[in-house]
Amino acid sequence: MQQPNSQPSAALMLRETASQTAGPYVHIGLALDIAGLPPREEEIWNRLASPQADGEAIELVGRVIDGNGDLVRDALLEAWQADAHGNYQCEFDLQAAFNSFGRTATTAESDGEWCFHTIKPGQVARRDGRLMAPHVTLAVFARGINIQLHTRLYFEDEAEANAACPVLNAVESPARRQTLIAKREESEGKVRYRFDIRLQGEGETVFFDF
Amino acid sequence: MPLNDNKRFVERDRNWHPPAYAPGYKTTVARSPSQAYVSLQTPSVSELAGPDFTRLRMGPHDNDLLLNFRADNEAQAGLPIGERVIVFGRVVDQFGKPVPNTLVEMWQANAGGRYRHKKDGYLAPLDPNFGGVGRCLSDDEGWYRFRTIKPGPYPWPNNINSWRPAHIHVSVMGPSISTRLITQMYFEGDPLIPLCPIVHTLRDPEAVETMTGRLDMARSRSMDCLAYRFDLVVRGELQTYFENQG
Repeated sequence: MQQPNSQPSAALMLRETASQTAGPYVHIGLALDIAGLPPREEEIWNRLASPQADGEAIELVGRVIDGNGDLVRDALLEAWQADAHGNYQCEFDLQAAFNSFGRTATTAESDGEWCFHTIKPGQVARRDGRLMAPHVTLAVFARGINIQLHTRLYFEDEAEANAACPVLNAVESPARRQTLIAKREESEGKVRYRFDIRLQGEGETVFFDF
Repeated sequence: MPLNDNKRFVERDRNWHPPAYAPGYKTTVARSPSQAYVSLQTPSVSELAGPDFTRLRMGPHDNDLLLNFRADNEAQAGLPIGERVIVFGRVVDQFGKPVPNTLVEMWQANAGGRYRHKKDGYLAPLDPNFGGVGRCLSDDEGWYRFRTIKPGPYPWPNNINSWRPAHIHVSVMGPSISTRLITQMYFEGDPLIPLCPIVHTLRDPEAVETMTGRLDMARSRSMDCLAYRFDLVVRGELQTYFENQG
Protein backbone atom coordinates (compact mmCIF):
# COMPACT_ATOMS: atom_id res chain seq x y z
CA MET A 1 0.00 0.00 0.00
CA GLN A 2 1.15 3.51 -0.76
CA GLN A 3 1.71 5.80 2.22
CA PRO A 4 -0.65 8.78 1.77
CA ASN A 5 1.07 12.06 0.85
CA SER A 6 4.40 10.34 0.31
CA GLN A 7 4.38 10.74 -3.46
CA PRO A 8 3.83 13.65 -5.82
CA SER A 9 0.22 13.28 -7.00
CA ALA A 10 1.25 12.83 -10.65
CA ALA A 11 3.19 9.70 -9.68
CA LEU A 12 -0.01 8.08 -8.40
CA MET A 13 -1.60 8.32 -11.80
CA LEU A 14 -1.02 5.92 -14.68
CA ARG A 15 0.46 7.24 -17.89
CA GLU A 16 -1.71 7.11 -20.96
CA THR A 17 -0.76 4.40 -23.48
CA ALA A 18 1.42 6.21 -26.01
CA SER A 19 0.03 7.01 -29.44
CA GLN A 20 1.46 5.72 -32.71
CA THR A 21 0.59 6.56 -36.28
CA ALA A 22 -2.42 4.75 -37.74
CA GLY A 23 -0.16 4.03 -40.73
CA PRO A 24 -0.94 3.61 -44.44
CA TYR A 25 -3.08 0.50 -43.93
CA VAL A 26 -5.50 2.00 -41.38
CA HIS A 27 -8.32 1.09 -43.77
CA ILE A 28 -7.96 -2.62 -43.02
CA GLY A 29 -9.07 -1.92 -39.48
CA LEU A 30 -11.34 1.11 -39.72
CA ALA A 31 -12.44 1.52 -43.36
CA LEU A 32 -12.64 -2.02 -44.75
CA ASP A 33 -14.16 -1.13 -48.09
CA ILE A 34 -11.25 1.19 -48.93
CA ALA A 35 -8.77 -1.61 -48.19
CA GLY A 36 -10.75 -3.96 -50.44
CA LEU A 37 -12.08 -6.11 -47.59
CA PRO A 38 -15.66 -7.41 -47.42
CA PRO A 39 -17.97 -5.62 -44.96
CA ARG A 40 -18.93 -7.15 -41.63
CA GLU A 41 -22.45 -7.21 -40.23
CA GLU A 42 -22.35 -3.47 -39.49
CA GLU A 43 -19.67 -0.94 -40.32
CA ILE A 44 -19.10 2.56 -38.95
CA TRP A 45 -18.96 4.75 -42.03
CA ASN A 46 -19.74 8.12 -43.59
CA ARG A 47 -23.54 8.29 -43.62
CA LEU A 48 -24.50 10.02 -40.37
CA ALA A 49 -28.04 10.86 -41.42
CA SER A 50 -30.74 8.91 -43.24
CA PRO A 51 -33.42 10.77 -45.27
CA GLN A 52 -35.66 10.51 -42.17
CA ALA A 53 -33.33 12.61 -40.03
CA ASP A 54 -34.52 16.07 -38.99
CA GLY A 55 -32.63 18.98 -40.50
CA GLU A 56 -31.10 20.09 -43.76
CA ALA A 57 -29.42 17.23 -45.65
CA ILE A 58 -25.89 18.21 -46.62
CA GLU A 59 -22.61 16.70 -47.75
CA LEU A 60 -19.28 17.62 -46.27
CA VAL A 61 -16.37 17.12 -48.64
CA GLY A 62 -12.74 18.07 -48.77
CA ARG A 63 -9.15 17.16 -49.27
CA VAL A 64 -6.22 16.82 -46.91
CA ILE A 65 -3.12 18.61 -48.17
CA ASP A 66 0.42 18.31 -46.84
CA GLY A 67 3.15 20.94 -46.46
CA ASN A 68 4.31 20.42 -50.05
CA GLY A 69 0.84 21.04 -51.43
CA ASP A 70 0.38 17.36 -52.22
CA LEU A 71 -2.81 15.43 -51.54
CA VAL A 72 -2.80 13.11 -48.56
CA ARG A 73 -4.57 10.08 -50.01
CA ASP A 74 -4.28 7.75 -47.04
CA ALA A 75 -5.98 9.80 -44.32
CA LEU A 76 -8.86 8.56 -42.19
CA LEU A 77 -11.23 11.12 -40.66
CA GLU A 78 -13.68 10.80 -37.82
CA ALA A 79 -16.59 13.20 -37.44
CA TRP A 80 -18.51 14.07 -34.28
CA GLN A 81 -21.44 16.45 -34.49
CA ALA A 82 -24.76 17.37 -32.92
CA ASP A 83 -28.10 16.69 -34.57
CA ALA A 84 -30.26 19.45 -36.07
CA HIS A 85 -31.51 20.34 -32.57
CA GLY A 86 -28.05 20.72 -31.10
CA ASN A 87 -28.05 17.39 -29.24
CA TYR A 88 -25.41 14.72 -29.49
CA GLN A 89 -26.79 11.26 -30.21
CA CYS A 90 -24.22 9.26 -28.30
CA GLU A 91 -25.80 5.84 -28.64
CA PHE A 92 -24.47 4.70 -31.99
CA ASP A 93 -27.25 2.82 -33.76
CA LEU A 94 -27.34 2.26 -37.50
CA GLN A 95 -31.12 1.80 -37.28
CA ALA A 96 -31.49 5.37 -36.02
CA ALA A 97 -32.16 8.26 -38.41
CA PHE A 98 -29.10 10.13 -37.20
CA ASN A 99 -25.77 9.25 -35.58
CA SER A 100 -23.35 11.81 -34.22
CA PHE A 101 -20.28 9.75 -35.16
CA GLY A 102 -18.93 8.69 -38.54
CA ARG A 103 -15.77 7.85 -40.44
CA THR A 104 -14.49 8.57 -43.92
CA ALA A 105 -11.23 8.40 -45.87
CA THR A 106 -9.56 10.63 -48.43
CA THR A 107 -10.18 8.05 -51.13
CA ALA A 108 -13.78 7.50 -50.08
CA GLU A 109 -15.89 8.51 -53.08
CA SER A 110 -13.60 10.38 -55.43
CA ASP A 111 -9.85 10.39 -55.67
CA GLY A 112 -8.21 12.29 -52.85
CA GLU A 113 -11.45 13.56 -51.31
CA TRP A 114 -13.30 12.57 -48.19
CA CYS A 115 -17.06 12.88 -47.82
CA PHE A 116 -19.74 12.72 -45.11
CA HIS A 117 -23.47 12.50 -45.77
CA THR A 118 -25.12 14.25 -42.87
CA ILE A 119 -27.38 17.08 -41.77
CA LYS A 120 -26.41 20.55 -40.69
CA PRO A 121 -25.93 20.48 -36.92
CA GLY A 122 -27.76 22.82 -34.59
CA GLN A 123 -26.08 25.13 -32.12
CA VAL A 124 -24.65 23.61 -28.95
CA ALA A 125 -24.32 25.51 -25.69
CA ARG A 126 -21.31 25.41 -23.44
CA ARG A 127 -21.82 24.96 -19.75
CA ASP A 128 -21.57 28.73 -19.26
CA GLY A 129 -24.62 29.09 -21.50
CA ARG A 130 -22.71 30.61 -24.41
CA LEU A 131 -23.81 29.19 -27.73
CA MET A 132 -21.24 27.82 -30.12
CA ALA A 133 -21.86 28.21 -33.83
CA PRO A 134 -22.89 25.00 -35.65
CA HIS A 135 -19.79 22.87 -36.05
CA VAL A 136 -18.46 19.39 -36.72
CA THR A 137 -15.45 18.14 -34.78
CA LEU A 138 -13.03 16.27 -37.05
CA ALA A 139 -10.10 14.05 -36.11
CA VAL A 140 -7.47 13.31 -38.76
CA PHE A 141 -5.42 10.11 -38.68
CA ALA A 142 -2.81 9.13 -41.29
CA ARG A 143 0.61 7.74 -42.00
CA GLY A 144 3.05 10.42 -40.81
CA ILE A 145 0.58 11.73 -38.19
CA ASN A 146 1.80 10.43 -34.85
CA ILE A 147 -1.30 11.38 -32.90
CA GLN A 148 -4.61 12.47 -34.37
CA LEU A 149 -5.17 16.13 -35.19
CA HIS A 150 -8.41 17.74 -34.01
CA THR A 151 -10.10 20.49 -35.91
CA ARG A 152 -13.60 21.94 -36.29
CA LEU A 153 -15.60 22.56 -39.42
CA TYR A 154 -17.84 25.66 -39.33
CA PHE A 155 -20.33 26.84 -41.96
CA GLU A 156 -19.86 29.87 -44.22
CA ASP A 157 -23.56 30.78 -44.15
CA GLU A 158 -23.64 31.07 -40.34
CA ALA A 159 -21.75 34.37 -40.25
CA GLU A 160 -23.61 35.78 -37.26
CA ALA A 161 -23.26 32.66 -35.11
CA ASN A 162 -19.63 32.27 -36.20
CA ALA A 163 -18.82 35.84 -35.14
CA ALA A 164 -20.19 35.11 -31.64
CA CYS A 165 -18.72 31.63 -31.22
CA PRO A 166 -16.41 31.49 -28.18
CA VAL A 167 -14.34 28.70 -29.70
CA LEU A 168 -13.75 30.44 -33.03
CA ASN A 169 -12.87 33.55 -31.07
CA ALA A 170 -10.31 31.58 -29.06
CA VAL A 171 -8.28 31.54 -32.27
CA GLU A 172 -6.35 34.79 -31.94
CA SER A 173 -5.66 35.41 -35.61
CA PRO A 174 -8.81 36.36 -37.56
CA ALA A 175 -7.11 35.13 -40.74
CA ARG A 176 -6.56 31.72 -39.21
CA ARG A 177 -10.23 31.50 -38.12
CA GLN A 178 -11.05 31.44 -41.82
CA THR A 179 -9.30 28.07 -42.16
CA LEU A 180 -12.20 26.59 -40.14
CA ILE A 181 -15.01 27.86 -42.37
CA ALA A 182 -16.41 25.44 -44.95
CA LYS A 183 -17.60 26.96 -48.25
CA ARG A 184 -21.15 26.31 -49.42
CA GLU A 185 -21.72 24.89 -52.91
CA GLU A 186 -24.96 23.85 -54.56
CA SER A 187 -25.13 21.48 -57.48
CA GLU A 188 -27.80 19.08 -58.75
CA GLY A 189 -30.05 20.19 -55.91
CA LYS A 190 -27.53 19.08 -53.29
CA VAL A 191 -26.00 21.30 -50.67
CA ARG A 192 -22.37 20.63 -50.14
CA TYR A 193 -19.81 22.27 -47.88
CA ARG A 194 -16.18 22.11 -48.93
CA PHE A 195 -13.49 22.01 -46.27
CA ASP A 196 -9.85 21.41 -47.17
CA ILE A 197 -7.52 20.54 -44.32
CA ARG A 198 -4.01 21.94 -44.75
CA LEU A 199 -1.65 20.15 -42.43
CA GLN A 200 1.24 22.58 -42.68
CA GLY A 201 2.42 25.88 -44.14
CA GLU A 202 0.41 28.51 -45.97
CA GLY A 203 -3.24 28.45 -44.94
CA GLU A 204 -2.51 25.82 -42.28
CA THR A 205 -5.75 24.66 -40.68
CA VAL A 206 -6.22 25.47 -37.00
CA PHE A 207 -5.86 22.37 -34.85
CA PHE A 208 -7.13 22.18 -31.30
CA ASP A 209 -5.89 20.59 -28.12
CA PHE A 210 -8.54 19.56 -25.63
CA MET B 1 -22.76 8.23 -21.96
CA PRO B 2 -24.75 10.86 -20.09
CA LEU B 3 -24.16 14.30 -21.54
CA ASN B 4 -22.35 15.54 -18.52
CA ASP B 5 -20.18 18.53 -19.25
CA ASN B 6 -19.28 18.93 -15.61
CA LYS B 7 -16.42 16.51 -16.08
CA ARG B 8 -12.87 17.03 -17.28
CA PHE B 9 -10.18 14.73 -18.55
CA VAL B 10 -6.60 14.79 -17.36
CA GLU B 11 -4.70 16.91 -19.84
CA ARG B 12 -2.99 14.92 -22.56
CA ASP B 13 0.77 15.11 -22.01
CA ARG B 14 2.08 16.03 -25.42
CA ASN B 15 5.67 15.47 -24.36
CA TRP B 16 4.81 11.88 -23.57
CA HIS B 17 3.13 11.16 -26.89
CA PRO B 18 5.25 11.45 -30.03
CA PRO B 19 5.54 15.00 -31.37
CA ALA B 20 3.92 15.78 -34.73
CA TYR B 21 7.31 16.63 -36.23
CA ALA B 22 9.69 13.69 -35.76
CA PRO B 23 12.12 13.81 -38.71
CA GLY B 24 13.53 10.31 -38.11
CA TYR B 25 10.12 9.16 -39.37
CA LYS B 26 10.32 11.00 -42.66
CA THR B 27 6.62 11.18 -43.53
CA THR B 28 6.03 13.40 -40.49
CA VAL B 29 8.15 16.18 -42.01
CA ALA B 30 5.49 17.42 -44.46
CA ARG B 31 2.49 16.23 -42.43
CA SER B 32 3.18 18.00 -39.12
CA PRO B 33 1.51 21.33 -38.32
CA SER B 34 3.96 24.18 -37.80
CA GLN B 35 1.56 26.41 -35.85
CA ALA B 36 0.76 25.83 -32.19
CA TYR B 37 -2.48 24.01 -31.39
CA VAL B 38 -5.22 26.20 -29.93
CA SER B 39 -6.03 24.92 -26.44
CA LEU B 40 -9.71 24.83 -25.54
CA GLN B 41 -9.75 26.10 -21.98
CA THR B 42 -13.45 25.42 -21.54
CA PRO B 43 -14.23 22.07 -23.11
CA SER B 44 -17.86 21.60 -24.04
CA VAL B 45 -20.03 18.59 -24.67
CA SER B 46 -18.53 18.64 -28.20
CA GLU B 47 -15.26 17.42 -26.67
CA LEU B 48 -16.45 15.66 -23.52
CA ALA B 49 -19.04 13.29 -24.99
CA GLY B 50 -18.40 10.42 -27.37
CA PRO B 51 -20.08 7.53 -29.14
CA ASP B 52 -21.28 4.45 -27.28
CA PHE B 53 -21.08 1.34 -29.48
CA THR B 54 -23.04 -1.05 -27.27
CA ARG B 55 -25.67 -1.39 -30.01
CA LEU B 56 -23.24 -1.89 -32.90
CA ARG B 57 -24.04 -5.32 -34.30
CA MET B 58 -20.97 -7.48 -34.58
CA GLY B 59 -20.43 -10.94 -36.00
CA PRO B 60 -19.58 -13.93 -33.77
CA HIS B 61 -15.97 -14.05 -35.05
CA ASP B 62 -15.22 -10.34 -35.23
CA ASN B 63 -12.59 -10.79 -32.50
CA ASP B 64 -11.26 -14.10 -33.82
CA LEU B 65 -8.86 -13.56 -36.71
CA LEU B 66 -8.23 -17.30 -36.97
CA LEU B 67 -11.82 -17.75 -38.14
CA ASN B 68 -13.12 -14.45 -39.50
CA PHE B 69 -11.66 -14.65 -43.00
CA ARG B 70 -11.81 -17.79 -45.08
CA ALA B 71 -10.54 -18.63 -48.57
CA ASP B 72 -13.30 -18.57 -51.19
CA ASN B 73 -11.76 -21.64 -52.75
CA GLU B 74 -12.84 -24.75 -50.78
CA ALA B 75 -9.56 -26.52 -51.50
CA GLN B 76 -7.60 -23.73 -49.80
CA ALA B 77 -9.99 -23.01 -46.93
CA GLY B 78 -8.48 -23.59 -43.51
CA LEU B 79 -6.67 -21.81 -40.74
CA PRO B 80 -4.20 -18.98 -41.33
CA ILE B 81 -0.48 -19.75 -41.27
CA GLY B 82 1.50 -18.43 -38.31
CA GLU B 83 1.99 -18.57 -34.56
CA ARG B 84 -1.38 -18.76 -32.87
CA VAL B 85 -1.72 -16.14 -30.14
CA ILE B 86 -4.30 -14.64 -27.82
CA VAL B 87 -3.94 -10.88 -27.38
CA PHE B 88 -5.91 -9.62 -24.42
CA GLY B 89 -5.89 -6.92 -21.80
CA ARG B 90 -7.85 -4.44 -19.85
CA VAL B 91 -8.91 -0.94 -20.79
CA VAL B 92 -8.50 1.34 -17.76
CA ASP B 93 -8.22 5.07 -17.28
CA GLN B 94 -5.30 6.89 -15.68
CA PHE B 95 -6.80 6.34 -12.23
CA GLY B 96 -7.01 2.60 -12.84
CA LYS B 97 -10.78 2.67 -13.28
CA PRO B 98 -11.94 0.02 -15.79
CA VAL B 99 -13.51 1.29 -19.01
CA PRO B 100 -16.39 -1.08 -19.80
CA ASN B 101 -18.21 -1.56 -23.13
CA THR B 102 -15.78 0.46 -25.16
CA LEU B 103 -14.91 -0.33 -28.76
CA VAL B 104 -11.46 -1.87 -29.29
CA GLU B 105 -10.44 -2.39 -32.91
CA MET B 106 -7.24 -3.86 -34.33
CA TRP B 107 -5.58 -4.63 -37.64
CA GLN B 108 -2.33 -6.27 -38.62
CA ALA B 109 -0.16 -7.91 -41.29
CA ASN B 110 -0.13 -11.67 -41.79
CA ALA B 111 2.64 -14.01 -40.60
CA GLY B 112 4.79 -13.02 -43.59
CA GLY B 113 4.45 -9.29 -42.91
CA ARG B 114 1.96 -8.63 -45.73
CA TYR B 115 -1.22 -6.61 -45.28
CA ARG B 116 -4.43 -7.49 -47.07
CA HIS B 117 -4.69 -4.02 -48.57
CA LYS B 118 -4.92 -2.86 -52.17
CA LYS B 119 -1.86 -0.67 -51.66
CA ASP B 120 0.50 -3.23 -50.08
CA GLY B 121 2.74 -4.82 -52.70
CA TYR B 122 5.33 -6.48 -50.45
CA LEU B 123 6.96 -9.70 -51.75
CA ALA B 124 5.49 -11.88 -49.01
CA PRO B 125 2.27 -13.58 -50.14
CA LEU B 126 -1.25 -12.99 -48.93
CA ASP B 127 -2.66 -15.75 -46.78
CA PRO B 128 -5.98 -16.93 -48.29
CA ASN B 129 -7.33 -17.50 -44.77
CA PHE B 130 -6.28 -14.28 -43.13
CA GLY B 131 -7.93 -10.87 -43.36
CA GLY B 132 -6.19 -9.08 -40.50
CA VAL B 133 -9.00 -7.12 -38.85
CA GLY B 134 -10.70 -7.54 -35.50
CA ARG B 135 -12.99 -5.67 -33.14
CA CYS B 136 -14.81 -6.18 -29.87
CA LEU B 137 -16.32 -4.32 -26.95
CA SER B 138 -14.55 -4.44 -23.62
CA ASP B 139 -16.60 -6.33 -21.03
CA ASP B 140 -18.14 -4.96 -17.82
CA GLU B 141 -14.71 -4.90 -16.18
CA GLY B 142 -12.84 -3.46 -19.14
CA TRP B 143 -11.38 -6.71 -20.49
CA TYR B 144 -10.99 -7.32 -24.21
CA ARG B 145 -9.68 -10.31 -26.11
CA PHE B 146 -8.63 -11.30 -29.63
CA ARG B 147 -7.37 -14.53 -31.14
CA THR B 148 -5.00 -14.16 -34.07
CA ILE B 149 -1.61 -15.10 -35.48
CA LYS B 150 1.55 -13.20 -34.67
CA PRO B 151 2.22 -10.75 -37.52
CA GLY B 152 5.58 -10.79 -39.29
CA PRO B 153 8.03 -7.87 -39.46
CA TYR B 154 8.32 -6.13 -42.83
CA PRO B 155 10.56 -3.63 -44.62
CA TRP B 156 9.37 -0.13 -45.44
CA PRO B 157 10.84 2.85 -47.26
CA ASN B 158 12.16 5.27 -44.64
CA ASN B 159 15.89 4.79 -44.28
CA ILE B 160 17.52 2.50 -46.85
CA ASN B 161 16.87 -0.59 -44.77
CA SER B 162 14.11 0.12 -42.25
CA TRP B 163 12.00 -2.68 -40.79
CA ARG B 164 8.87 -2.52 -38.72
CA PRO B 165 8.94 -4.77 -35.67
CA ALA B 166 6.03 -7.20 -35.51
CA HIS B 167 3.09 -5.10 -34.37
CA ILE B 168 -0.68 -4.96 -34.11
CA HIS B 169 -2.44 -1.62 -34.61
CA VAL B 170 -4.89 -1.07 -31.75
CA SER B 171 -7.62 1.57 -31.67
CA VAL B 172 -9.69 2.37 -28.59
CA MET B 173 -12.51 4.87 -28.16
CA GLY B 174 -12.85 5.22 -24.38
CA PRO B 175 -15.70 7.24 -22.84
CA SER B 176 -15.23 10.37 -24.96
CA ILE B 177 -13.71 11.62 -28.18
CA SER B 178 -11.13 13.19 -25.85
CA THR B 179 -9.93 9.72 -24.84
CA ARG B 180 -9.75 8.40 -28.42
CA LEU B 181 -6.41 6.71 -29.00
CA ILE B 182 -4.69 4.70 -31.72
CA THR B 183 -1.47 2.90 -30.85
CA GLN B 184 0.55 -0.15 -31.86
CA MET B 185 1.27 -3.18 -29.74
CA TYR B 186 4.80 -4.55 -30.04
CA PHE B 187 5.90 -7.98 -28.84
CA GLU B 188 8.11 -8.16 -25.78
CA GLY B 189 11.73 -8.95 -26.63
CA ASP B 190 11.56 -8.16 -30.36
CA PRO B 191 15.08 -6.96 -31.36
CA LEU B 192 13.58 -4.72 -34.06
CA ILE B 193 11.79 -2.50 -31.50
CA PRO B 194 14.86 -0.38 -30.63
CA LEU B 195 15.73 -0.03 -34.34
CA CYS B 196 12.36 1.27 -35.51
CA PRO B 197 12.05 4.93 -36.60
CA ILE B 198 8.35 4.97 -35.68
CA VAL B 199 9.05 3.66 -32.17
CA HIS B 200 11.75 6.34 -31.98
CA THR B 201 9.19 9.11 -32.43
CA LEU B 202 8.72 8.62 -28.67
CA ARG B 203 11.29 10.42 -26.58
CA ASP B 204 10.76 8.57 -23.32
CA PRO B 205 11.77 4.88 -23.18
CA GLU B 206 9.03 4.37 -20.57
CA ALA B 207 6.46 5.39 -23.16
CA VAL B 208 7.68 2.53 -25.37
CA GLU B 209 7.02 0.15 -22.48
CA THR B 210 3.35 1.18 -22.54
CA MET B 211 3.14 -0.24 -26.09
CA THR B 212 4.74 -3.59 -25.32
CA GLY B 213 2.58 -6.68 -25.16
CA ARG B 214 3.87 -9.06 -22.48
CA LEU B 215 4.06 -12.81 -22.83
CA ASP B 216 1.63 -14.29 -20.30
CA MET B 217 2.24 -18.02 -19.91
CA ALA B 218 -0.60 -18.36 -17.41
CA ARG B 219 -3.14 -17.31 -20.04
CA SER B 220 -1.54 -19.33 -22.84
CA ARG B 221 -3.09 -22.67 -23.73
CA SER B 222 -1.01 -25.81 -23.80
CA MET B 223 -0.76 -27.46 -27.22
CA ASP B 224 -2.69 -24.52 -28.69
CA CYS B 225 -1.51 -20.91 -28.42
CA LEU B 226 0.59 -18.37 -26.53
CA ALA B 227 -0.95 -15.28 -24.92
CA TYR B 228 0.19 -11.67 -24.85
CA ARG B 229 -1.26 -9.18 -22.42
CA PHE B 230 -1.68 -5.60 -23.55
CA ASP B 231 -3.46 -3.21 -21.19
CA LEU B 232 -4.68 0.07 -22.60
CA VAL B 233 -4.66 3.23 -20.49
CA VAL B 234 -6.86 6.11 -21.63
CA ARG B 235 -7.12 9.61 -20.20
CA GLY B 236 -8.51 9.78 -16.68
CA GLU B 237 -11.84 11.39 -15.98
CA LEU B 238 -11.95 14.07 -13.30
CA GLN B 239 -15.05 15.37 -11.60
CA THR B 240 -15.10 19.07 -10.94
CA TYR B 241 -16.10 19.90 -7.39
CA PHE B 242 -16.23 23.64 -7.57
CA GLU B 243 -18.79 25.66 -9.43
CA ASN B 244 -16.68 28.75 -10.02
CA GLN B 245 -15.98 27.82 -13.62
CA GLY B 246 -17.82 29.95 -16.11
